[in-house]
Amino acid sequence: MVGRTLYDKLWDDHLVKSRDDGSALLYIDRQLLHEVTSPQAFEGLRLAGRKPWRINANLATPDHNVPTTVSERKEGIEGIVDPVSRIQVQTLDDNCDEFGIVQYAMKDIRQGIVHVVGPEQGATLPGMTVVCGDSHTATHGAFGALAHGIGTSEVEHVLATQCLVAKKMKNMRVRVEGELGRGVTAKDIVLAVIGKIGTAGGTGCAIEFTGSAIESLSMEGRMTICNMAIEAGARVGLVAVDRNTIDYVKGRPCAPTGSDWEAAVDYWLTLHTDVDAVFDYEVELAAEDIKPQVTWGTSPEMVAAVDRCVPDPEQEDDETKAEGIRRALTYMGLEAGQALTSIQLDRVFIGSCTNSRIEDLREAAAVVKGRKVAETIKQAMVVPGSGLVKKQAEEEGLDQIFIEAGLEWREPGCSMCLAMNADRLGEGEHCASTSNRNFEGRQGFGGRTHLVSPAMAAAAAVTGRFIDVRDLMEESA
Amino acid sequence: MKAFTSHTGVVAPLDRANVDTDMIIPKQFLKSIKRTGFGKNLFDELRYLDEGKPDQDCTGRPLNKEFVLNQPRYAGVSVLLARKNFGCGSSREHAPWALDDYGFRCVIAPSFADIFFNNCFKNGLLPVVLDEQTVDQLFSACEAQEGYKLTIDLERQVVVTPEGAKFAFEVDPFRKECLLKGLDEIGLTLQESATIQTFEVSHERKFPWLFAELRD
Ligand code: SF4
Repeated sequence: MVGRTLYDKLWDDHLVKSRDDGSALLYIDRQLLHEVTSPQAFEGLRLAGRKPWRINANLATPDHNVPTTVSERKEGIEGIVDPVSRIQVQTLDDNCDEFGIVQYAMKDIRQGIVHVVGPEQGATLPGMTVVCGDSHTATHGAFGALAHGIGTSEVEHVLATQCLVAKKMKNMRVRVEGELGRGVTAKDIVLAVIGKIGTAGGTGCAIEFTGSAIESLSMEGRMTICNMAIEAGARVGLVAVDRNTIDYVKGRPCAPTGSDWEAAVDYWLTLHTDVDAVFDYEVELAAEDIKPQVTWGTSPEMVAAVDRCVPDPEQEDDETKAEGIRRALTYMGLEAGQALTSIQLDRVFIGSCTNSRIEDLREAAAVVKGRKVAETIKQAMVVPGSGLVKKQAEEEGLDQIFIEAGLEWREPGCSMCLAMNADRLGEGEHCASTSNRNFEGRQGFGGRTHLVSPAMAAAAAVTGRFIDVRDLMEESA
Repeated sequence: MKAFTSHTGVVAPLDRANVDTDMIIPKQFLKSIKRTGFGKNLFDELRYLDEGKPDQDCTGRPLNKEFVLNQPRYAGVSVLLARKNFGCGSSREHAPWALDDYGFRCVIAPSFADIFFNNCFKNGLLPVVLDEQTVDQLFSACEAQEGYKLTIDLERQVVVTPEGAKFAFEVDPFRKECLLKGLDEIGLTLQESATIQTFEVSHERKFPWLFAELRD
């Protein structure tokens, strides 16, 4: 028998039924719910008079719409100023009550961005199938879980049947060998991968990230990488289970204990690709070649190392691409050939399901420590991924480092990642952001987003423009 | 779900690659808890010159005259012709809801992002993949001829031009069946309840920790 990939194994262990027409029913172990993509699914259940199949498989938390200022958070749902946001968060609350679904509600310290909360609580475990009405569900693949985003109709389908109608994806391996340079992080790896294969490079695939550079990453770093698999077009990102994974999961509130724990670990350690397995596509990168990355355009593939320049559309042979570059430069207000380090910034956002975990905040704090936010920066904010991340950061004194440097320390949520709450860019403003999408208008109407790592965002905050974070690290070393 | 068998409609050419779901329906409109009413905000940032707000009456808003859907010749369109990687970005089903609510029944492009592609089928909206060269031809034809119409025949899996040229497309048999008959997928899956239960019992035996109560 030929070897199987990690994805093949996870698929096989959840396959309820293959149908003759090529579709399959896949069993879903965990569904995560948030307020934006679930109301119509619950409404659908009600209209059809259906009940959830297995209530206990579901876990909910509001994140996209929640305000992040202390004053607006104090009163819970009633305190949300925007009436439309308030109704949406209230609807999630009502639906969870009605159906008996566990929710970490707004005032609960465990509330946060759904992709931070799942792993943090041990509600995401290796070997699970995890779905959520959110494309960044790919994040959970860092645990060797088969996790992907689904639409609202599918949320309803999973609620009602505990299954998803799925089709097997292709296997892609992205191998990153070698040692990362100082100041180069998981975010830079994944941006470099997207720069190489493009935003549609992984379409139809489950990407497994392998190689010594991935193995030496923390779980936070692996989550950052899998989180952005979707930005390379792949619904699924994966990393094999190893000791790091198991150590992270151990002792989490929802993690197994006692003899269940032993049995689980035995199984989890089989969750890796067999040596003789064959991938449909292979991509390789050398860790040593990766420098801190900055996106200059309106798609995550429009990315370059910080020491490079904005590209010139006239040098591009492919006309569709050249047109894309022209349009992006107009939107971004940039000149062809301009150095990335010459881009003046207006705001800085450190947060999102890509980079709002404790390690991300530590990286950013290390850079701003003892420095001040540049005068030209209108606002720099740090938004922890969950109430528990916030608490831990405060215990480590990171909040004080940020506040002293002139950054705002906020309450947990998605915040300016997509600007569904009050946190957003003004028209024409440039933002160094640790989030995952630089689409037009993503962070506010007419806003201009540059995706970077937490360390690079912190460096940008104190210098007012992009700078190779390694230069700052040398200064303080 | 709305059935799709065959459809003939005027084509709107959206000449732009990597159209993302934020572009199709910007986030401020995702706050709705309904499935309908998104059509007036479809492509909001491309279509209007000002910033759109939820629950706003859009009739008096300044239009971007350049944008394809605002050109009088493309009034009443129901087929969208687009470039590669259409629908990339978020999983929001509001994107197909908005296209549907505007009046689109079919989107033709050289490639689609996975989740968007999937979401279309759940809403009676047919995404059709044709090769890049054919899409190019259709763009030229559509721009050259006002009121250019295409017929999309799902049963036969062909796109037919006014001149009678036919372009075959692929569609997965399960999805085709569901669309042709307008089937309720949940109802279909629930017909297999016994199989799911059997699987669940053995799954729990193998992986008991997956069935533990969540902490509240
Ligand atoms: S942080 Fe951003 S990308 Fe992540 S779930 Fe929230 S809105 Fe989506």
